[in-house]
Amino acid sequence: MDTVLRSRSGEVVIGPDSPFCIIGERINPTGRKIFQEQLRRGDLSRIEIDVAQQVAGGAMVLDVNMGAPLADETELMVQAVRLIQGACDLPLCLDSSIIEVLEAGLAAYEGKALVNSITAEDERMDAILPLVKRHGAAVIALPNDEEEIPAEPGRRVELARKIIDVATGKYGIPIEDIVIDPLAMPVGADTSLVLTTLETIALLHEEFGVNMTLGASNVSFGMPERAAIVAAFLPMAIKAGLTSAIVDARSPELVRSVKAADLLLNRDPWGAAWIAAHRAQQAAAAT
Amino acid sequence: MNQDELLRQLYDFTLVGNAPEVLSLTNQGLAMGLGPEMLLYEALIPSLEEVGARFERGDFFVPEMLIAGRAMAGALEVLRPLLAETGAEPIGKIVMGTVKGDVHDIGKNLVNIMFEGAGFEVIDLGVQVSPEKFIDAIKEHKPDIVGFSAFLTTTMPMFKANINALQKAGMREQVIIMVGGAPVTQEYADVVGADGYASDASAAVVRAKELLSQRRALARA
Repeated sequence: MDTVLRSRSGEVVIGPDSPFCIIGERINPTGRKIFQEQLRRGDLSRIEIDVAQQVAGGAMVLDVNMGAPLADETELMVQAVRLIQGACDLPLCLDSSIIEVLEAGLAAYEGKALVNSITAEDERMDAILPLVKRHGAAVIALPNDEEEIPAEPGRRVELARKIIDVATGKYGIPIEDIVIDPLAMPVGADTSLVLTTLETIALLHEEFGVNMTLGASNVSFGMPERAAIVAAFLPMAIKAGLTSAIVDARSPELVRSVKAADLLLNRDPWGAAWIAAHRAQQAAAAT
Repeated sequence: MNQDELLRQLYDFTLVGNAPEVLSLTNQGLAMGLGPEMLLYEALIPSLEEVGARFERGDFFVPEMLIAGRAMAGALEVLRPLLAETGAEPIGKIVMGTVKGDVHDIGKNLVNIMFEGAGFEVIDLGVQVSPEKFIDAIKEHKPDIVGFSAFLTTTMPMFKANINALQKAGMREQVIIMVGGAPVTQEYADVVGADGYASDASAAVVRAKELLSQRRALARA
């Protein structure tokens, strides 16, 4: 099953037969005081730097979150979408839990965006899925609701089923445009949590064959040497059926672990991409 | 083992989160005739404060804080009824919760550990706590402080919603309101009208104590 995203003239496929899709996560002011301050003043110059770094690092899609406290998130999202679409030709993942922000972002966007995100809560599905349908976008769905983040993989699958049923049945959204987030949990809080995520990925893959993405850096929260943990996690998750992740593409360690997984799982015929990346690195070092 | 050795060991084993040793040393200390307050204030609390300080410096990590908190909690279960008998009051009572729409709880749990460790009674309402649920808990438990936690910029506005709900219920002045979470700043806390903010779990306890003593001084005046 392929999820196709489009920018103005580019196209990215998320799917089991395509290279693992790296969604760059850095265009987000959370926890960045200077960036927040700039956004409040309407200064978007930092976005261009972040975009350039994510693209250089190997991002294929860019997550855009403009949730700076005390700023007009709707207006910032519109401006950011226009700015980024002018600066690069990657599809965007519009990230907000505010419906108006998503609506404005989708209206400003040229192409087929990925909306981040809905949950299994009826209220959110009924507010956001019509927007997704109207704009022909794809959507990330989290299998949790107002009651719980299920600890049981089976229960997460049930909530995913509910979302898929509503999105395809009630709103006519094709199943390939639903990307399920199996919920990456921090291994530092409980060392059994990542096994639960891996089991959930395998179950979702078996049950629906849908594409999946997750916030990979969550797994290393509160631990030292975070990149090494995520770089070990991703190949395991990819083998279980994960087809995309939201990561910081500035980390060569992470990007290399993903590319090596592509190679080892037969998604890089003749190792051409792996070898080309090596040559590019050699060339860059030589100049 | 003499008294000093026991307190030292209790401190050391709490620091590394060895729950069985902490429990056994607590019982041994009591059997030796040491008061529950001495065990709490001269070993357990200083140890947990050190855990908090190391975490703040980046020398300790989340699992180490959680396991130390668990070791402390085991000792507190033994000490709490004894402390109640001696008439020792908790320093204060705090109702805590992650706001509606937000399911992140690690930070809140760390703050709870530090509050318990500092001698507060903590009532944890969990995650996705609605304004109504906060109000009910305040009515039921009559806390000194209520703490709102949010991890997302998109759920932070619930601080204001909670405060408005408290105002509407005529309860705003009954409690000290503290807010915190990854994206929260002092400036934001001021804008929504919270009484206190802290950037990490140890600082939250310090700030809570300040606010409590200010309020109590005001009440006496």
